[in-house]
Amino acid sequence: MSTAFSSAKFSTQPFLLNPTSAASHESPLLFAKPTSQFLGSTRKLRLSSSSKLNLSRRSGTVVAVSDVVKQKKSKSTPSLLITKEEGLELYEDMVLGRAFEDMCAQMYYRGKMFGFVHLYNGQEAVSTGFIKLLKQQDSVVSTYRDHVHALSKGVPARAVMSELFGKTTGCCRGQGGSMHMFSREHNLLGGFAFIGEGIPVATGAAFTSKYKREVLKEADCDHVTLAFFGDGTCNNGQFFECLNMAALWKLPIVFVVENNLWAIGMSHLRATSDPQIYKKGPAFGMPGIHVDGMDVLKVRQVAKEAIGRARRGEGPTLVECETYRFRGHSLADPDELRDPAEKAHYAARDPITALKKYLIENNLAGEAELKAIDKKIDEVVEDAVEFADDSPVPPRSQLLENVFADPKGFGIGPDGRYRCEDPKFTEGTAHV
Amino acid sequence: MAAIFQGVGAAAPLSSSPSNSFDSNKSVFSPRRSFSVSKRVSFAVVRSDGKVNLNPKGRRDQRLIPNAVATNAGSAAASKQGHELLLFEALQEGLEEEMERDPRVCVMGEDVGHYGGSYKVTKGLAKRFGDLRVLDTPIAENSFTGMGIGAAMTGLRPVIEGMNMGFLLLAFNQISNNCGMLHYTSGGQFTIPVVVRGPGGVGRQLGAEHSQRLESYFQSIPGIQMVACSTPYNAKGLMKAAIRSENPVILFEHVLLYNLKERIPDEDYICNLEEAEMVRPGEHVTILTYSRMRYHVMQAAKTLVNKGYDPEVIDIRSLKPFDLYTIGNSVKKTHRVLIVEECMRTGGIGASLTAAITENFNDYLDAPIMCLSSQDVPTPYAGTLEEVTVVQPAQIVTAVEQLCQ
Repeated sequence: MSTAFSSAKFSTQPFLLNPTSAASHESPLLFAKPTSQFLGSTRKLRLSSSSKLNLSRRSGTVVAVSDVVKQKKSKSTPSLLITKEEGLELYEDMVLGRAFEDMCAQMYYRGKMFGFVHLYNGQEAVSTGFIKLLKQQDSVVSTYRDHVHALSKGVPARAVMSELFGKTTGCCRGQGGSMHMFSREHNLLGGFAFIGEGIPVATGAAFTSKYKREVLKEADCDHVTLAFFGDGTCNNGQFFECLNMAALWKLPIVFVVENNLWAIGMSHLRATSDPQIYKKGPAFGMPGIHVDGMDVLKVRQVAKEAIGRARRGEGPTLVECETYRFRGHSLADPDELRDPAEKAHYAARDPITALKKYLIENNLAGEAELKAIDKKIDEVVEDAVEFADDSPVPPRSQLLENVFADPKGFGIGPDGRYRCEDPKFTEGTAHV
Repeated sequence: MAAIFQGVGAAAPLSSSPSNSFDSNKSVFSPRRSFSVSKRVSFAVVRSDGKVNLNPKGRRDQRLIPNAVATNAGSAAASKQGHELLLFEALQEGLEEEMERDPRVCVMGEDVGHYGGSYKVTKGLAKRFGDLRVLDTPIAENSFTGMGIGAAMTGLRPVIEGMNMGFLLLAFNQISNNCGMLHYTSGGQFTIPVVVRGPGGVGRQLGAEHSQRLESYFQSIPGIQMVACSTPYNAKGLMKAAIRSENPVILFEHVLLYNLKERIPDEDYICNLEEAEMVRPGEHVTILTYSRMRYHVMQAAKTLVNKGYDPEVIDIRSLKPFDLYTIGNSVKKTHRVLIVEECMRTGGIGASLTAAITENFNDYLDAPIMCLSSQDVPTPYAGTLEEVTVVQPAQIVTAVEQLCQ
């Protein structure tokens, strides 16, 4: 439940962080009406104060995350939310995400990559805010909008760009493409084309973490899994089924909803009976938090708490990040349905600009430093393109590799030998 | 070993060659082995791992053979003692042994834990291994199958049970997109060593939705293997092989076969996932079958033998991929093929098998391939109608007679 619990009463009104300022020192208002309106909506959001949630069953188990954040803020008054190092790391990661995606668009229109490419411009705060808090052994599961999740998790830009170009040096040997980014080394478990498909996989990764600790007795295994998905997915059965299972078994997972208000051309409000997704967490017995997804520092605060909860074995959290994609759903989407006023509203809240302002205003970094980072990232992205361009395309012989982990699965041929022993297999010219 | 033998004056069993348990872990690409038949008897004792190289000259012996049918009760060959059990117990034994052997093996499904499984395949396992290793899931097939896949990607080896195979239709998304394809789309980075298993097939008046055969729906999915067990021996062997395999394997069990009794060896053994099983060698016609239809075929074989026919019966066991070696050798010998299956006619395993045989062995065929499948009808509840949708022994006899004209 996202409300801050008062001593006597349970409030049904959600606690929304003020979206307009990056580092707000205002004390949060308990019963305030939400200050962010979803612009471009066909109807105004109204909170129903009439519905009272029966929280008596869950009163012990639900933690009001925002309550903890509030306490932290009130104790240390003019303390900053990040150090200089952290700030530069966050800045660099977001700029990498933005520059990479912009380059993807360029490359797509130049005919270097094909198919469905979904860009992440505008949502960088969510990826950076969450993933930069993870360890290497923690897992991330994403959707088709996965380039920036891959970059934040540590997959080299070269590997991602090569994969997009369909070259054999790509992170998935060119076999996955834009929507299927995987990395065993960095524990990026995909990249899924169908929405909702990755959430059970993430639940499984979290299950393994719990299994390792409790059955295999690896006592220090505290790996956390993050599942990223969008607003459209929150109407899908797999979402609800996994919220149930994760809460039931207290799995170390955080469900991160990147609510950018639009599926392809379907507005979230036209598709959802109750558009406040964070409210669906408490229905399954986990906290539901709403956070301003255009503000990387706020996202990071919430993420810290949610990931901490999971690591300590206290169970899952549902975090709804209100964010926005500056481009269309994919590069094939003309993006004609969205109201220009809505786009302008969110463009004014560009997360990179906001962080830059925060860093400069709080004397954590100077213009020159930030410009140097911009330049460095430009070089990284250029290098990635060059590398991808120069990489070879997959040879024919790669066709039949990786279909089966154990290639005996192709069966026994008429001559009595396993078909994978046939030299045509290694050449890729055999027909399966 | 299966106690399937024929021959007047029981032959000495084939020598206990080390390869009767085809350990796929040791010999990765070992070629098929063949045994020579003892010259004293006309037919060899056949072990159910089915490696027999019959006298290539062929014998057209018209003697009546009394024991043409697989005898299921414990008449084991003298060399091994073994123990007798029912098919569901064999599955349970296989599963338990693998769980002992590897702590990463776990089970997930509805009612597998405290209830012991709807067909008792996981009975007692939760008590022994705990609630996390034998996980009772909520009723959410798509999600817990996906959860099993995610667990497999991160190091575990789940056995996912569909309470009835038909329920796995709800998991089709995960089985097709993730189970089958993930190894490929990740460029080989992640393996999915899951076993998806459950009872399917037409039972006794269970109604249309509980009588489905999903092998035809799953067979096109690239990247998975499908096997069907039919005897306690191969049930345990296939279960173990499937769990040890790095590939995702779908193990089809049949609702009506869980109470079959057989004597199986005490020692550790597995059945090769890609091999077919020679049930009854013969000369006149090759009958290819799997799962429950094997028993209808063997029943028909009794009648056929009395009428003077000598059918060769092969339980194909591996539904995907087909064992083209065993099947091919048989076709080359008999030149006539009859496929008997419980799958639906359209797009079923029989249809694929017909295509595969025609493609590879067309020159060896003396007659068009006949395929007896279930009717393309939702299985009716009424017993009389249900009987007619499934292939019965009488039809098999008629088909063989037609084929051998």
